[in-house]
Amino acid sequence: MFTGFLHNRRVQIGLAAFGLCAGIAIFGDLILKVYGFGPLDVDYDYVASAPLRGGHLLGTTISGQDVLSQLIAGARGSLAVGTLSALLACTIGALLGVSAGFIGGAYDTVVNAITNVFMTMPSFALTLIAAGYISAAGGPGSAGMGWVMMAFLIGIFEWPGMARYMRAQTLTLRGRDFSMATKLLGEKTWRLVLFEIMPHLLGIISARFLAAIMAGILAEAGLNFLGVSTGGVISWGTMITNAQNQGALTLGFWWWFLPPGLAIAVIGTATAMVNFGLDEVTNPKLRTGNEKVVRAFLRRQRAEARAEQRTAVTASN
Amino acid sequence: MTTTSTRTEQPRQDAEREVVLEARDVTKHFTVRGKKGSAVVRAVEGIDLELHRGEIVAMVGESGSGKTTVARLLSLYYPTTGGEILLEGKPVSHVTGRKALTYYGQVQLLFQDPFASLNALKPIRHILGRALKIHGKARGAKQVEQRIHELLTRVNLTPPEQYIDKYPHELSGGQRQRIVIARALAVEPRVMLGDEPISMLDVSIRLDVLNLLKKLRDEEGLALLYITHDIASARYIADRINVMYAGQMVEGGSSEEVIHDPQHPYTRLLLDSSPDPGRGLEGDQQSLFDEVGDLGEPPSLITPPKGCRFNPRCPFAMDICNEKEPEKVEVSPGHWAKCWLHQEGRADLLKQRNIQFGVPIETAAAEAGIDTVNAEDILDRTVALEGETTADLGPFQP
Repeated sequence: MFTGFLHNRRVQIGLAAFGLCAGIAIFGDLILKVYGFGPLDVDYDYVASAPLRGGHLLGTTISGQDVLSQLIAGARGSLAVGTLSALLACTIGALLGVSAGFIGGAYDTVVNAITNVFMTMPSFALTLIAAGYISAAGGPGSAGMGWVMMAFLIGIFEWPGMARYMRAQTLTLRGRDFSMATKLLGEKTWRLVLFEIMPHLLGIISARFLAAIMAGILAEAGLNFLGVSTGGVISWGTMITNAQNQGALTLGFWWWFLPPGLAIAVIGTATAMVNFGLDEVTNPKLRTGNEKVVRAFLRRQRAEARAEQRTAVTASN
Repeated sequence: MTTTSTRTEQPRQDAEREVVLEARDVTKHFTVRGKKGSAVVRAVEGIDLELHRGEIVAMVGESGSGKTTVARLLSLYYPTTGGEILLEGKPVSHVTGRKALTYYGQVQLLFQDPFASLNALKPIRHILGRALKIHGKARGAKQVEQRIHELLTRVNLTPPEQYIDKYPHELSGGQRQRIVIARALAVEPRVMLGDEPISMLDVSIRLDVLNLLKKLRDEEGLALLYITHDIASARYIADRINVMYAGQMVEGGSSEEVIHDPQHPYTRLLLDSSPDPGRGLEGDQQSLFDEVGDLGEPPSLITPPKGCRFNPRCPFAMDICNEKEPEKVEVSPGHWAKCWLHQEGRADLLKQRNIQFGVPIETAAAEAGIDTVNAEDILDRTVALEGETTADLGPFQP
């Protein structure tokens, strides 16, 4: 099933872009060492300089910090928090939603009630309050909370939508004829859920996962902006916030805010590409013929038609 | 009628075959909750049914008469409210786990909609392979593949290599229904419950599927419950026909007897509703359209009519029909009906050539004055409606 998935051109592009970002996030320290500028080092000779001057490939900020090194350092902060929070939200959401939809009864009522309560909570404000307490617990001058705690806080408030979605989908899938047929064949319930029903949900889960990654990245930026620090960790979100705060837009320092914005866009595109591929795997009806083969066939068909025409012309002559 | 006698003398009917699956007084009530509180839907009441080895039994009735519920009760999808189901003489209840697995290994359900009953994300190999593996009919990839090839060949999907790796959406409706049948066959069941297995199929391939089911009956001794609203297909395939109305069985007997000699007004209604190419050849064309009256609606199953459930739509309804439920009366050996006409000695009414069901259209009555050809006809029907005649107008000829 997944060999076809990897042969898909969109998936290849998406995975390559995502892999690049992930690679930068993982090996960021190493790349920075080679590059030579630290993300917080100040270069007083080149303050707010345009790209490619003084060895700063993407220029510097208004305080003389290298934008490229910040971008590299920020990949880790953004991606790690975004992915982990999305993973957490999707896992909790899918587990609760699918089980509630399938088991039903009192369990469903209880889970539904919890989901509703979480849904009505102002999640961002609550995250902020909780984050404030947790980072203050470290005492004054502490490095704030780690990125794992940050991801946990974001994820724990992000799952209710997912759970709702999964529950509704499971309810419709459970009632379909093929579920009944599988059950009347004597299939075990866990196999029915995992192997027959889950594949139908994968497309939705992946789409929600991508949305959750983006939401996580943005939520992290927002929390940073409001002063909940993750111990001075740089992320793309903080870069944009800083650029905006320090007037990059009005001063026309496009090299400062454009790279992190583009980086977030690239992540979004990459995940969307992978999502298209997943969609084709989870929905065989979308699978189209191999384009190359189709084109070759059409070319030959045309060539043959032409040849036929030529012989017809020569014959009439 | 000559056909009747030749068909009933077939050895199939005479041989006493073992009973594989039996339903005794099976009842199913659903509780529905609405804004006005809860109500009980009496979906199925007092069903007695025997499925013999190598025999096809048809269950005929209109939409909402409880046919599908009977199939689902027999496949243990719903627990019964009352009565019992016996597999080879041993009672079964709604069970789960290993016991249910052995039951599913004996009784399989065929679904109405082949577009919904196959998982769209799984290839045929998986769909049939799981059925084989769950019941331990094949182990190892090689053996499974070989068995799948056998199954596909048995349902006439040849060459099997061409189908094994296809997805359901790549197959036509008829091919899918064959896959559904193959999946049921994979567990080597003794009973198949066909819940309108051909009603979603194209007319041109219905016969193929019916013949396939017949072949399975004759060659493998399968017992089949064939549920349908199409009495013509039931006549074609079934050895016995049971007629259901509003959750109850109202008539049962050998196919030809039920078709040619219906003993319940509802069976007559069903037969008269089915298309007949011979109708209208004698007499005038206009009378074809006169027959269409308001045939009434199936009754509510929450508050079913008192007495016989067919009485509000029955042209022969008497006072007793509204008060007491009729008992089962055996008209001829193996042919029974639940109708007061038999106890009251008025069964001849059912033999009339024309029976006007429901309310006659007013325009038809108006036309009667002008159209002299129709006048006699309509008069006949009006008399029959009032139940004042026992005149035998000759045997019913379909």
